[in-house]
Amino acid sequence: MMGWLASKRMGKWAASIFAVLCLSIGAYAASGAAEKPGPTIIIDKSRAGDRCVEDTAFMRKNHMKLLLHQRDETMHKGIRTEKYSLKNCINCHASTKDNSVIGSDEHFCQSCHTYAAVKLDCWECHATKLKSVASATPAPTASVGDEKK
Amino acid sequence: MASITFREIEGTSPRYWFLAGLIGLFAALGLGAAYYMEHHGHIVTGMNNSVVWGMPHVFAVFLIVAASGALNVASIASVFGKVMYKPLAPLSGLLAIALLGGGLTVLMLDLGRPDRLIVAMTYYNFKSVFAWNVALYTGFFTIVAVYLWTMMERRMNVYSKAAGMAAFVWRLILTTGTGSIFGFLVARDAYNSALLAPMFVILSFAYGLAIYLLVVIAAYTWSGRPLGDAVLNRLGRLLSVFVAAALYFAFVFHLTNLYFTKQHEVEKFILLNGGIYTTLFWLGQIIIGGIVPMLILFNPKLRAARGLLVAACLTIIIGGLSQMYVTIIGGQAFPLDIFPGWQARSAFFDGVVHQYTPSLPEIMLGVGGVAIALTIVIFGIKVLRFLPESLADSAVDPHAKA
Amino acid sequence: MNHPHQDQKNSSPAVDEHRRNFIGGSAALAGITLAPSVMVYGLAHSKPNDEPVTNKVRWGLLIDASKCAEGCTDCVTACFTENGIHLPSIPPKETDPQWIRKVELKDTRTARTQSLPVMCQHCEEPPCVDVCPTGASFKRADGIVLVDKHICIGCRYCVMACPYKARSFIHEALTDQNPDVPRGKGVVESCTLCVHRVDRGEQPACVEACSAAGHEAIIFGDLNDANSEIAKRVTTRASVQLRADLALNPGIRYEGF
Repeated sequence: MMGWLASKRMGKWAASIFAVLCLSIGAYAASGAAEKPGPTIIIDKSRAGDRCVEDTAFMRKNHMKLLLHQRDETMHKGIRTEKYSLKNCINCHASTKDNSVIGSDEHFCQSCHTYAAVKLDCWECHATKLKSVASATPAPTASVGDEKK
Repeated sequence: MASITFREIEGTSPRYWFLAGLIGLFAALGLGAAYYMEHHGHIVTGMNNSVVWGMPHVFAVFLIVAASGALNVASIASVFGKVMYKPLAPLSGLLAIALLGGGLTVLMLDLGRPDRLIVAMTYYNFKSVFAWNVALYTGFFTIVAVYLWTMMERRMNVYSKAAGMAAFVWRLILTTGTGSIFGFLVARDAYNSALLAPMFVILSFAYGLAIYLLVVIAAYTWSGRPLGDAVLNRLGRLLSVFVAAALYFAFVFHLTNLYFTKQHEVEKFILLNGGIYTTLFWLGQIIIGGIVPMLILFNPKLRAARGLLVAACLTIIIGGLSQMYVTIIGGQAFPLDIFPGWQARSAFFDGVVHQYTPSLPEIMLGVGGVAIALTIVIFGIKVLRFLPESLADSAVDPHAKA
Repeated sequence: MNHPHQDQKNSSPAVDEHRRNFIGGSAALAGITLAPSVMVYGLAHSKPNDEPVTNKVRWGLLIDASKCAEGCTDCVTACFTENGIHLPSIPPKETDPQWIRKVELKDTRTARTQSLPVMCQHCEEPPCVDVCPTGASFKRADGIVLVDKHICIGCRYCVMACPYKARSFIHEALTDQNPDVPRGKGVVESCTLCVHRVDRGEQPACVEACSAAGHEAIIFGDLNDANSEIAKRVTTRASVQLRADLALNPGIRYEGF
């Protein structure tokens, strides 16, 4: 009864699955190489000022860690410091056209996240606009069910 | 006893591929329904803020409960040392894994955020019965897989009894956990009872064995392998005891509630004036799922007729789904009594029976779970040696008098 | 993690510091339109943004049903506006999110009627927190029961467990949320006791609206502070907890019914 796992048929199945995987990864890599070299990041200095809350290089690499840390501090301990808050991000980085950080590949958050193919999960719940702008539109009358993806 | 040879089924006939295609179609429809629900939100289901668990949970909990029961046959072989059940044991393990896999898939795909499954694995609240269940499910997969290994790999056979014992104990704990998901809900009159845990264990025996019998009969009939009456007769008799025990538990559960004045309203709702829930209770759970199969299974002549045995198994499954519908949805439809002694009314449906109409995507997701379980079974028996070449009376037990 | 010992040691100077900061801050912001009652409560409890909440306070509401007017839904409207929730459809749907509702009661024996608002009761022993598999349902140190929507998987077990029908599951995608109140599809939510307002020293929106309507049926405060109005009231007058038989010790108390 030995060898019930490695029957010949199983081997053939595994080999063909492996081959298909390899092919598709190759094809994907080839298609990626043809795309544009980087994301278009637009920062309006009149709104954002000269520098971010940390160095640009640091923020590029670590903004998600800062946000995650702040998220837990605010949510569970009620710590509401402004520096690393999501609202503070929007205050500077919202587009001067529509005050939002998402909406097109020229919007701050979306530009990089589309380029890096990293799903943005913040904005399904968090407001994407400056507080003053967001509260100017009466929320209760806004329509439901608008997909924004 | 003649030595039993296990062999993969051929799985090349048009009938096999037709079956595989049909099951695959339903599995695909189920996954499609889940995607639709996830994309639009639960607004496309019949579920709402009062009846928060719906049709997917009816199917999911039924499959999870049946999974634990499907392991019965293997347990009887290993733990209670009944030689006759040994050839039946590997399929029992496979079916247990398949049913649990199908049930959990449904449960997972119904989540509001199925994309956060990793969160469910990494954040744990150890006081949550749900979290205990996550551990119990994972453990069940592992233990049954090891158990199968000890049964199917000759060099591991010596450990089979120990593994079987572990699996047996684990499955009892698992179903205790499933029943406690409801039993621990102190706020709701329809739950809030320690009896739900042992009742779910007994129900699992019945549902699991009924499904097991159907799968065995289908597999042997359609693959043209011999299947003797001795095996079926024994399992059928066992099934009759499980069905009777399930009825007994339902009886005690409702009798206790009927004795407590504060539970009279909820009992009146389930037993008398609950509309669909009352109908499903009496017609589905009690008559179709209890009385009818008992009449067939207790009578040796009737249960010897294979068609009637199949019918009995099917009625038990229908009864099981009805029972889950009454327990899960009926329990939520009955309003919470936040103000005893007062009649309450509000814009949020206080004091009224909550409405629930299952939508097509929900049902498709539930049926998809069944299809996924069956896919695992028909794939499993094709690639691995789960089924004995023959379950003819002479092969199974030469001394049996069928 | 809170370190209780540290909290103990630092407690009195920290409180003084809060008061100094607040008094200094409030002098500078004197123009801000805070209602006088808010100021009184703020003086005692406002904490700096960079400090965690502690279990020295336990926020609660006292609802006087005898002052609650039948048919008045100002607290509901205020809550929904503050938190960016769509007002319930007409006729209401069971999929509408619901944080606070007015319940009209009729005594089954005497037919006496009564009206009162029901929201999350912010239990000391919340069943929703017990059952949550991921710990997304949690109770803050100051007694406010919240859902961490970042780790909620949308299983709805908490909705099953809540004895007060206080929780809602979001059935559809949302847009235009209030920046202070993130809300979204696929997770569970409930009354937060306006935690974003409480953290900046204000009262919950329902309390403010009830008082603006002249009913003063809801008061907000620290049940642990013997000098607070709410603590004085619950120690001197009879009040009840909903489903007191479950021994959950809710932070919301009712009187006058």
